[in-house]
Amino acid sequence: MTALLRGEAFDPWQELAQVEAGLAKGKHGACASFVGTMRDFNVGDDVHSMLLEHYPEMTQQFLDAICSEAASRWNLIDCCIVHRYGEIKPGDPIVVTAAWSEHRAEAFDACRFLIEELKARAPFWKKETTDTGERWVHDSPGE
Amino acid sequence: MQIKVKFFASLSEQTGLAETTVDADNPATVLDVWNLATSNQAMPSNTLCAINMAYARLDDSISDGDEVAYFPPVTGGNL
Repeated sequence: MTALLRGEAFDPWQELAQVEAGLAKGKHGACASFVGTMRDFNVGDDVHSMLLEHYPEMTQQFLDAICSEAASRWNLIDCCIVHRYGEIKPGDPIVVTAAWSEHRAEAFDACRFLIEELKARAPFWKKETTDTGERWVHDSPGE
Repeated sequence: MQIKVKFFASLSEQTGLAETTVDADNPATVLDVWNLATSNQAMPSNTLCAINMAYARLDDSISDGDEVAYFPPVTGGNL
């Protein structure tokens, strides 16, 4: 299991390839992945950049914990999360979650579990820069 | 009790605090620590908190050496 926080731009496909390269060949029949990417708009406004703040130690513990929980709930070969923090530009990947299993159902379910748990409870906060200045996303009606 | 206190995102801006240490009476709650650290500033109603990096409630008791954090709702986004 891998849970990583990256302060600089990363290539999600390279991250997935790196994990997969470490897996025994012929043991998994499925890999499901999700990649989240920064949009250049939100609640009707152009967004030029975003600061993704986090609580480093708690975030790492949380990501490690949900990887462990996924591994206990499904019969996985492996799973991973890589998440950005810091200054992000539109088009930059923000997060990748993935799960490897013998069959697709468990990989799909585990991959979705990882991203939904992360989105619901991992301590990240978004501060967007728009034409009118900066705003915290939790202070605005949309996201 | 020596308590390390952290504030994140908009709460850090609103309180003017990022990280501090307070000397709290024993017993004390997470809310008591907020009042000590911020000199009784009003706490936004949607504030979340954690003790030693685990989600906690405002009426949870703290222990000497704990790290208590306050932050706004996390922004994971819509489905």
